[in-house]
Amino acid sequence: MAATVQSIGAPSSLTAANAIDSKKFHGRKVSFLAVRSDLRAKCGSITGQCRTGNLVTHAVASPAASTASSKTGHEVLLFEALREGLDEEMQRDARVCVMGEDVGHYGGSYKVTKGMATKYGDLRVLDTPIAENSFTGMGIGAAMTGLRPVIEGMNMGFLLLAFNQISNNCGMLHYTSGGQFTIPVVIRGPGGVGRQLGAEHSQRLESYFQSIPGIQMVACSTPYNAKGLMKAAIRSENPVILFEHVLLYNLKERIPDEEYVLSLEEAEMVRPGEHITILTYSRMRYHVMQAAKTLVNKGYDPEVIDIRSLKPFDLYTIGNSIKKTHRVLIVEECMRTGGIGASLTAAINENFNDYLDAPIVCLSSQDVPTPYAGTLEEWTVVQPAQIVTAVEQLCR
Amino acid sequence: MSSAMAVPKIIQPMNLISNEKPLFDPLKSVPTSSFLGSVQKFRLSAKLPFSSSRQYPSVSTTVVAVSEVVKERKPKSAVSPSNLLITKEEGLEVYEDMILGRVFEDMCAQMYYRGKMFGFVHLYNGQEAISSGFIKLLTKTDSVVSTYRDHVHSLSKGVPARAVMSELFGKATGCCRGQGGSMHMFSKEHNVLGGFAFIGEGIPVATGAAFTSKYKREVLKENCDDVTVAFFGDGTCNNGQFFECLNMAALWKLPIIFVVENNLWAIGMSHVRATSDPAIWKKGPAFGMPGVHVDGMDVLKVREVAKEAIGRARRGEGPTLVECETYRFRGHSLADPDELRDPAEKASYSSRDPIAALKKYLIENKLASESDLKTIEKKIDEVVEDAVDFGDQSPAPLRSQLLENVFADPKGFGIGPDGKYRCEDPKFTEGTAQV
Repeated sequence: MAATVQSIGAPSSLTAANAIDSKKFHGRKVSFLAVRSDLRAKCGSITGQCRTGNLVTHAVASPAASTASSKTGHEVLLFEALREGLDEEMQRDARVCVMGEDVGHYGGSYKVTKGMATKYGDLRVLDTPIAENSFTGMGIGAAMTGLRPVIEGMNMGFLLLAFNQISNNCGMLHYTSGGQFTIPVVIRGPGGVGRQLGAEHSQRLESYFQSIPGIQMVACSTPYNAKGLMKAAIRSENPVILFEHVLLYNLKERIPDEEYVLSLEEAEMVRPGEHITILTYSRMRYHVMQAAKTLVNKGYDPEVIDIRSLKPFDLYTIGNSIKKTHRVLIVEECMRTGGIGASLTAAINENFNDYLDAPIVCLSSQDVPTPYAGTLEEWTVVQPAQIVTAVEQLCR
Repeated sequence: MSSAMAVPKIIQPMNLISNEKPLFDPLKSVPTSSFLGSVQKFRLSAKLPFSSSRQYPSVSTTVVAVSEVVKERKPKSAVSPSNLLITKEEGLEVYEDMILGRVFEDMCAQMYYRGKMFGFVHLYNGQEAISSGFIKLLTKTDSVVSTYRDHVHSLSKGVPARAVMSELFGKATGCCRGQGGSMHMFSKEHNVLGGFAFIGEGIPVATGAAFTSKYKREVLKENCDDVTVAFFGDGTCNNGQFFECLNMAALWKLPIIFVVENNLWAIGMSHVRATSDPAIWKKGPAFGMPGVHVDGMDVLKVREVAKEAIGRARRGEGPTLVECETYRFRGHSLADPDELRDPAEKASYSSRDPIAALKKYLIENKLASESDLKTIEKKIDEVVEDAVDFGDQSPAPLRSQLLENVFADPKGFGIGPDGKYRCEDPKFTEGTAQV
C-alpha cells in the first residue's frame, strides 16, 4: 500500500533522505557499500495510518563511495537486520528472551520479532499485557536473577510509562546494591519523529534518558550497525537502551553473512573530510548526508560522524576529528533543551576547547510537542538546507 | 471518621464476609465455558484454604477466596504428631528471628537519635510475625523482595546483622558497601532482591524473579523450584503495579506470593480512607488466584498460611495473595512524630504483640522454658551489640569508591577496546572503576 517515490537528486527539502552510504572504517575487515534506497514510508502500523510519504531520495556520492560493492553478504531491511541480531543471540544464549506488547504472535509492531514466537516459544518471546511499568520491572527482576531480557517498547514513547523502572531500578540498582546485581537488559523500540504520528508517538526520548546514571544508550542508523549494535547490547552487562527510528526500518543494505558484533561505545565515520566535523546520529545522518552532497558541490569537504553511542560519547573519535577540522556542527533530532547535542557541546567544550576555531553550532529540533500537520512537523526537525547554511557560516 | 472507628470497620466486615461469599455470586450464573474465554473456572470454597487436589487440567485454575482461614483451626493430618503447630526447633528458630528483628530495630532507633545513621529509617516493630513467618520457610535460593521497611526482611533471609547495621552506618562493609542505605538493602548471596523505596516498584521486580524460576524450569530445563515472596503494604494495594502484577502472575502461574503487610496506615492515610473495599485479600480471586486473610500478629497463623502458599508456588500451582493484618508499633519512619494515630488503637495492637504471643505459646505448650528464651534474648542482644561495634569500627567508603558500580561493564564509562579511556580527561576518569 505504501508506494515508493524515488526521485534521485530532486531538489526538495522534504523529510527522509533515504540513501545509505555506509562506509565502514577503522580497520574493519568487511568493507561494503550500499547506496541503495528502498525506503517505504512505514507510517505507524500502530495507528493504522499508512499513507505514501512524498519521499525524495538523495543518493549521496561521497569521496570513497566508488569502491566496488561486495558480492558477498545478503541484503536486508533494517528491521530484518535487528531480527537477525536478536535471533542469533537467542540461538547463542538460551537466557536471552524478549518481552513486550505484541512481540509474540503479532510479530512486533514493526515486525522486528516476526516469527520468533513460533521458533522460540511463547515464554521466550513473551506477549505481555499493556502494562509498561510492570513488564519493564519484570524484565529487570528477570535480569537480576539470571536472564537477559530484551524489552520492547511498542513505541518508545510508551516507555515514559515505565520511567520509574528504567530510572530507579534499571539504571540505579547495580549501584545501590553495591555492585551485587547486574541488570543486563536491552530496552529498545521505535522512536523519533515519524511521519505525522502526532506528539505522543513522535517523541525524542534520548534527552529524557541520558541523565539516568548507569544506563548506556546507542542509536542505530543502518541495517549493518543495527544488527551489530543489537548483538552488542544483548551481550553487554550494562542496561542498554537501543534507539531505533520509525522512519529507518525499511532501509536496505547488504550486510555480511558472517557474524559480527559492533562496539557499543564507538562512533562511526560516515564520510571523512577536512573542513568541518558534523556529528549526528539516527535519522539525521541522512539529512546530513543529503546536505553533504550540496556542500561537496559547493566546494566544502565535511567530515560526517554518526556518534552512535549516545552515552558515553566516543570522545576519542570525536576528538581526533576536531583536532583535524577545528570546527564542529552537531545535527540531532533531539530536543534543544537538555538534549544530546547540549551534552555533546559541553563535553567538547570541556575537552577540546583549545582545538576549536569557532564556537560549536548545534542544530536540534524545536522545543515543541511534535505537531501533527506535515508542514509544522517538517519545521520541527532539522532540514538539510539548514545544515548547509550552518556549515557555510561556520566555515566562513 | 475517627481513627478509633477505623479498626473495627476493617476487621469486622471480613469476618462476616468469609461466610457470605458474595464475591463469586455473579460468576455462578455464568456458564463455565463462556466467561473469560473458558480459560478459568471459579469454584467456591470457604472451607479449604487451598485446594491443590482439585486442579483442573492444564489451563484451568481453581480460585478460592478465604478469609481468616486459620481462625478456627481444624485438625490437620500432617501438622505434627502432638497436634502442635510448630516443633520445638522451629519455634525457637522463629522466636530468635523475631527477637532479632525487634532488638535490631530498637537499636536502629537509638543509633538514629545518636546520630549514627541518617535519612529515612523505617522500623518494623510490631510486624515481625510476617517476616519471620514467611521467610523462615524459604530456602536460600528463594527470593525476597521488600520495601523501604526492609531491615528485618533482610535479617530473616540470613543477611548478617553486621552487614545490615554497617550499611545503615554508611560504611564500606555494609551489605551494599554503603551505597544503598536503609531503604535499599540487597544481598545477592541471600537472594534479597532489594529494598525498593518507591511504592509498588518492587512488585514487578519480584514478578520478574518468579518469571525466571518458570523460565529456568520450562525453557532452560533446569530443576528449579525457587519461589519469590514480595512484601508490601496496604498503601501499595491502590497502586497500579500491584494490579498489573497480580494479573501477570496469575496469567502465567508464576511461583510468587504477594504478602500484604496491612498495618492500617500509609503514613497518615488510614487504609479505610484510601481504599474503596478495604478487604485486600478479595483482590486475589478477582485476578484468578486465592486470596487469604490472616492475623499478622500471630506468627503461627502466618506460618500456616505461608506454608500453603509457598507450597502452592513451589508445585507450580501459581501465585497467592496473602493479606496479613498487622500494626506498626512506631511511626512511619523515625522522622514521623506519630501524632495522628489514636492511642487506644495503638494500645489495642500492643496487647497483641506477636513476640509475646509466641512466647506464651511456646511456654504453655512446653516447647521452651523461660530460660531457653532468655538465652536467645541474651544471644541476640550480643549479636546486635556486635553489629553496632562492627559498624562503628568499619571504615567509611573511600573517595575512589564513588564512581564504582555505576556500570557493571566499565566500558560504559567510555573505556575503549584497548583498555584505556576513550578520552583522557581527568574530570571524566578520576576515581572511576579500575578496568
